[in-house]
Amino acid sequence: MSQELLRVERLTIGPRQGGPAIVQDVSFSAAQGEIVALIGESGSGKTTVSLAALGHARRGLAFRAGSVHVDGVDMTRAGREDLRRMRGRIVSYVAQSAAAAFNPAFRLSAQVTEPARLHQSRPRPAALAAAVELYRRFDLPEPERIGERYVHEVSGGQLQRFMLTMAMIEQPRLIVFDEPTSALDPTTQVEVLAAIRAAMRGQRAAAIFVSHDLPVVAQLADRIVVMRRGRVVEQGPARTILETPSQDYTRSLLQALRQRGKDSSPRAAARFPPVLEAKNISVGFGRGDAAVLAVDRVSMAVHPGEIVAVVGESGSGKTTLAHSLVGLHAPLTGGILLDGVALPGRFQLRSRDERRRIQMVFQSADTALNPSHTIGQILGRVLKLYFNMDRQARAARVRELLGLVHLRPEHAQSKPGQLSGGEKQRVNLARALAASPDVLICDEVTSALDTVIADGVMRLIATLCRERRLGIVMICHDLTAVAGLADEVKVMRRGVVVEEGRPDDVFCAPRHPYTRMLISSIPQLRAGWLDEALAARHGLEASKISSLELMDTSE
Amino acid sequence: MSTTTAPTGLLGRRLRLRRPSLIAAAAGGILVFWIGAALLVPALLPHSPVDFISDDSFEAPSARTWLGTDYLGRDLLARLISAARSTLLISFLATLGAHLIGDTLGILAALRGGWLAAVLERGAEVMLSLPKLIVGLVVIALVGPSATVLVLVTAGVYAATVFRIARAIALDLVTLDYIRAARLRGESMAWVMFGELLPNMLPLLAADFALRMSFSILFMSNLSFLGLGVQPPMADWGGLVRENLEGLASGSLASVYPTIAIASVTISLNLLVDRWGSRGGAGEMRT
Repeated sequence: MSQELLRVERLTIGPRQGGPAIVQDVSFSAAQGEIVALIGESGSGKTTVSLAALGHARRGLAFRAGSVHVDGVDMTRAGREDLRRMRGRIVSYVAQSAAAAFNPAFRLSAQVTEPARLHQSRPRPAALAAAVELYRRFDLPEPERIGERYVHEVSGGQLQRFMLTMAMIEQPRLIVFDEPTSALDPTTQVEVLAAIRAAMRGQRAAAIFVSHDLPVVAQLADRIVVMRRGRVVEQGPARTILETPSQDYTRSLLQALRQRGKDSSPRAAARFPPVLEAKNISVGFGRGDAAVLAVDRVSMAVHPGEIVAVVGESGSGKTTLAHSLVGLHAPLTGGILLDGVALPGRFQLRSRDERRRIQMVFQSADTALNPSHTIGQILGRVLKLYFNMDRQARAARVRELLGLVHLRPEHAQSKPGQLSGGEKQRVNLARALAASPDVLICDEVTSALDTVIADGVMRLIATLCRERRLGIVMICHDLTAVAGLADEVKVMRRGVVVEEGRPDDVFCAPRHPYTRMLISSIPQLRAGWLDEALAARHGLEASKISSLELMDTSE
Repeated sequence: MSTTTAPTGLLGRRLRLRRPSLIAAAAGGILVFWIGAALLVPALLPHSPVDFISDDSFEAPSARTWLGTDYLGRDLLARLISAARSTLLISFLATLGAHLIGDTLGILAALRGGWLAAVLERGAEVMLSLPKLIVGLVVIALVGPSATVLVLVTAGVYAATVFRIARAIALDLVTLDYIRAARLRGESMAWVMFGELLPNMLPLLAADFALRMSFSILFMSNLSFLGLGVQPPMADWGGLVRENLEGLASGSLASVYPTIAIASVTISLNLLVDRWGSRGGAGEMRT
């Protein structure tokens, strides 16, 4: 029997000043070499529990009862000096955003080996050598030299692997992974998951893996703890939870996953002529010879009541394409047509009505809604500007719009900071709808949301599309989310559309190797998916030359 | 976010445990005291600030004159309080002016960019490179001293600094999507500047306002000390210091009281700003 490294017993955490507990009576344990996943939607208390393993309670929170024993030490009662000795050495932490965790002014190797320096556990050369060993294990390119780089010289997925190195360098007994891949696009996620698996293999450590993404967890976890509203719903071996869950809540999570991206609303019988067209547009940054094309001769037609999905990983040019459609970034060549009439490239030159008819829904509702304004003001402003409605008419229409996106009329008095992520994204959508547009450009509107909430927003958009004959361009990196919704899919890579067609054709019989890799990168519940995804990646590496040829011939 | 709470936790706990500040309450009290005195008290005082009530200059404090008399035998308490009125009013209006000019141009430069921003920035740099006091002296020497001129000169001298601050704050915000969305839907420049940007800049600008006001009190006091501020027979605090300076030789504290008044107001303003900043009120921008 392997040694037990983590034991959480009847842990209760609540606000220092009193009030309802955030985490109530949570108990679980992890043995050597075991990965325990904490699963739940945002606000379920999973991150709070995982931070307790580091002896940390967030500002204003206090440990009320129970204990968290890590390697025999109760972290909830340890003093400051004990915690210092434990953190980074016995228990370490991998955060969601690696970019925020590294200092851009220092070389990566210096930061990665910092735990060794702090704890004076070994001389610098030995620590550097250990780091190189870990780089190699995590499949980082040029392991001997890559540590000399700075943050901006590596990719997001590589940076996440540096953070993994930092967490592993002291060979801790417990590693806390806090949504380590949630901020990454699927193809990068595969790299990092592979590295995490490599990290844990043959280790004497245990791990807590916090995530809201069941398929990701299915690849790594030995045990799963399902949390909701601060309590454990159920826990058990990963297979059991995924295949024969005993609780309704867990079943509903799995059910939502299976139904993702399925659209039940009826589609238009006849096809209308396209409302928005892009003809061979190229969009670039810089001027003259130094210009870089972010979008290279892309054409698309958006019909009323239909959804065109544009998929691709970060940097593929899909956001630039969206920006050029709304006029934020004028195309260098090619034309944009609204109802068959050419539109000026820059939004400043478009008429107010032309702007009204094409609305953009921005990616991050956090930055897209003015935090100083109430929801009523945010929506009302659009109505005043485009329709010159008086106060009463605006109030009535705001209520109507809030209802349309399934929000309550009281939300009109709230400010964005008082709403949840999903609610904010609905307001963001409502603002675009307030203009009564003909075309909606949705830029990664669900990438910051939990799976279940994201799915709700996606369905809402699909329903609006069918009922109101909206033409929709859906920019997305999540293939599953659009597979069942879209009428047409375009796969973009490095500014070029490498594959397009009906979603069934693209997903079931992808022709381009890049599409195949994208599809294989979508996390699947079944065991063995990670290996298949990795195999597909290597396949793409091998077929790089042929894919380049394929791009050439398509030109 | 959970990612940042771990390292800042201990520090955060320490900040939060600091007692509800007596210092802030005291600073606020001092300001309220001076504002109240400037607004209400002059009518209640037994002597007018310009009446000669004694044949002796630098009379010692007595039941009749609580702070004694000044170099011409006028009631010092009455003069101190009437000077509070001119000092606070002029510095407040001057700071308001500096912010009206600086904030508007700063936001405009951040939003528009291009040649307009370049011209404004170079202009601000020129202004900043000139010594403020010399500029004030030259302008007042040319135009002649009056309350209006004082307000305008002080406002003008500080507008360049405020411009730089407002521009820096606005630059962080103009790239956000809500600004982009507003411009995209065709909002006017004025709405984007004052409806969308300004409300989110207010916490930081308000902090600067308090700080700037203490600077302008000092600046005006300097001008008055050199004889170019508020003109006799009225005076501001800096003027009172100068008038009564010779009393120091004979042991009169007549020039010390206005000094304490200047110090109490500027230090209180600074303490309040610091307090507010550490609370996160001004430190945290609403992005």
